[in-house]
Amino acid sequence: MELLLEVEGLKKSFGGVAALRDGRFQLRAGTVHALCGGNGAGKSTFLKILMGIFKRDSGAIRRRGKEVEFASPADALASGIAIIEQELSPVPHMTVAENIYLGREPKARFGGIDFRAMNRSAQKLLDDLEFDIRATSYMMNLSVAQMQLVEIAKALSHDAEVIFMDEPTSAIGEREAQHLFDAIRRLQAQGRGIVYVSHRLSEIFQIADSYTVFRDGAYVGSGALADIDRPGLIRMIVGRELSEEYVKTNAPTPQTGIEVVALSCPNKIEDISFSARKGEIFGIYGLMGAGRTEIFNCLFGLDKPSAGRVTVDGAEVTISKPADAMALGLALVTEDRKLTGLNLSDSVRANICMASLPEMSPAFAMDRAREARASRDMRDQFQIKAARDTMPVSGLSGGNQQKVVLGKWFLRNPKVLLLDEPTRGVDVGAKREIYRIISDFAAAGGTVVMISSEIDEVLGMSDRVMVMRAGRSAGIFSREETDAQSLVHLST
Amino acid sequence: MSVGDDKKAKGWLGSEQRRLLVQEYGIFLAFLILVAVLSVSNEFFLTAGNISNVLLQTSINGVLAIGMTFVILTRGIDLSVGSVVALAGIVSASFVTSSATAGISGAPYPVALGIGIGLLVGIACGAVSGLIVSRFSVPAFVTTLGMLSAARGLTLIYGGGRPVPALTPAFRWIGTGDVFGIPAPVIILAIVFAVSWWILNRTRFGRYIYAVGGNPHAARTSGINITRIQFVVYVISGGLAGFAGMLLSARTGSALPQAGIAYELDAIAAVVIGGTSLSGGVGRVTGTLIGALIIGVMNNGLDLMGIQSYYQQVLKGALIVGAVMLDQKRNYGA
Repeated sequence: MELLLEVEGLKKSFGGVAALRDGRFQLRAGTVHALCGGNGAGKSTFLKILMGIFKRDSGAIRRRGKEVEFASPADALASGIAIIEQELSPVPHMTVAENIYLGREPKARFGGIDFRAMNRSAQKLLDDLEFDIRATSYMMNLSVAQMQLVEIAKALSHDAEVIFMDEPTSAIGEREAQHLFDAIRRLQAQGRGIVYVSHRLSEIFQIADSYTVFRDGAYVGSGALADIDRPGLIRMIVGRELSEEYVKTNAPTPQTGIEVVALSCPNKIEDISFSARKGEIFGIYGLMGAGRTEIFNCLFGLDKPSAGRVTVDGAEVTISKPADAMALGLALVTEDRKLTGLNLSDSVRANICMASLPEMSPAFAMDRAREARASRDMRDQFQIKAARDTMPVSGLSGGNQQKVVLGKWFLRNPKVLLLDEPTRGVDVGAKREIYRIISDFAAAGGTVVMISSEIDEVLGMSDRVMVMRAGRSAGIFSREETDAQSLVHLST
Repeated sequence: MSVGDDKKAKGWLGSEQRRLLVQEYGIFLAFLILVAVLSVSNEFFLTAGNISNVLLQTSINGVLAIGMTFVILTRGIDLSVGSVVALAGIVSASFVTSSATAGISGAPYPVALGIGIGLLVGIACGAVSGLIVSRFSVPAFVTTLGMLSAARGLTLIYGGGRPVPALTPAFRWIGTGDVFGIPAPVIILAIVFAVSWWILNRTRFGRYIYAVGGNPHAARTSGINITRIQFVVYVISGGLAGFAGMLLSARTGSALPQAGIAYELDAIAAVVIGGTSLSGGVGRVTGTLIGALIIGVMNNGLDLMGIQSYYQQVLKGALIVGAVMLDQKRNYGA
């Protein structure tokens, strides 16, 4: 059978550093092929070459047996390869239809745009995908998840035969993800080839039928997913044995670490109550936009709750700004480390010290020896892989960046750790290290409240789980009495 | 690509160090080349008198540019410094003039009072801008554009559109005096630079500025009071502009209502040539000082070669854009 896409010996270096040493890939028609690998495995470089953004150093790309060369993303599209990127690039002040048909609007008389035809075909596209989005609404009024769906619709509108999806579910909820999977299955039935790139193994096993694994910039292996199990795939991705995917050694104590009673914030959350004990990992599960992050924003003084009480260590507290929360021993690892966690233009050291500057400058001038020591301690403790701590934090892999954010907060010896999607965009190996850090913290008597939209993670790590739905709590369950199905059911 | 793995980092370390070297010293190198070329091509350039002259010419723009560096590092901009130069210059002059008609009643007052008043005027202008930018979230460009107009208007109102002449010799010293042959404005620039360097590189406040400019959201989440930082940088810029205004009037002997027009452009040029990013969080005050020196040396060199000042402006424009183009290439690769 003819291959839709075949790649052999693809190489690419940047300034003497090989990002991709040996990229190999085969895609058959009517299949969903998972492209797996940790951060730094060379997946993004591989995708960018196929998109026509990077020029390959050597290697062959064949489209239906014919050698191809892409100089620009337009070339790739013209040859029937569409890529849905992880980072969204919408034009906020245009409608959904205008975004989908950007640059190839249907023409009307006198060189104008046939808006009616454009809106109609955009709406049909969205309806066929069962995405609940109006083609005439403005992009800026959509949620992140909806924007992601529009991006997907846009890629599909190109009628491409090969569709790459780079972490398409990283910003969307479980229900939307199921819509996406339905769409993928329809495309598959039409004989197209889908390449699915994701860190989420459960999704890969749910939707894909074959896989290819990259590690350290080179092809490691490929095959049918029916012939491999989850631990086997993980072993291939990380290149070594991982005894357990999750690390959980903590045991909740009877003392309460943080208690929240009837917390409300208009149009965001309503009547949220829970208490997390010392030594406990308390999970919060829910869809995007269910009000999970908003709870943390209220607790950390980033947003003003309209009602509710917060008790830390048995004493009622008022938190009106992040400094108040920090003084009480709270730490917040935000959902998007690039947007709210790190100062990407500064060094690893500066980022680790960012939340402890007053402590490190008793007399206004910085104690630079203390800064260097703190940075070294955190790098050792969390095994942050950086050539030097004065290098820009933007040069680290996702997992190491996340450990820098954790280091920034652990430097303060927090009592309550608020974690919002702590392993988002982090590869399997680093994920486990982060689970170990979280578990050790709880085992030492710390309180952890962890938001996650990965069901496996919530069930694997939490002692109890609160399910959020539309800004309200849909119940709190211990890990023994709940399972994946009921969590999804409750959250929708 | 990520460079997490140790074995990858080795090859990268070399190029990273090269990059850092260019980033940290590239501008200094450009400055040295400029000086070398001018010394060879013109015999007067490297004379003590001319060097002192260049430094003197640079001192006012240098002080303004250093203040501007604080603001730009936090993602802001201060377009009002030229007008603040005039306002602070004329208000302080009215306290230290021996003219019976131009001064306020009782003038001349002691120099210290005049300087104190001038500083206060600058700080007040900066505080108004800072308050509007930080509290009311009005874009810095708009806020300081408004201050540019308002401060110029206040200058004209205060002086009735007339200059304030006949400043006392004691006040004029800060613009014309010297210590062991080093002009007083140059000494002042050196002190302003040293203190600013210390603040930006060695203190908590400096770390805050880089954090707020690099990522205000992350800074806020890390417990930093970003409103206060944004406010204070405009106060610093305003205060230094006030000081520059007094240096200018002290040097010329009278405060003119049209003083300092377009000075903000030279100050921004020095900051940009010095490698500070207009998107905030990245840059060094040392670069700004060298940027100001490059502008000063270039003007002086072209003067010595007898090239019209009209051409100088064209060259300066090319220099600003060229410096940023190099920066882009360096940061984002070719």
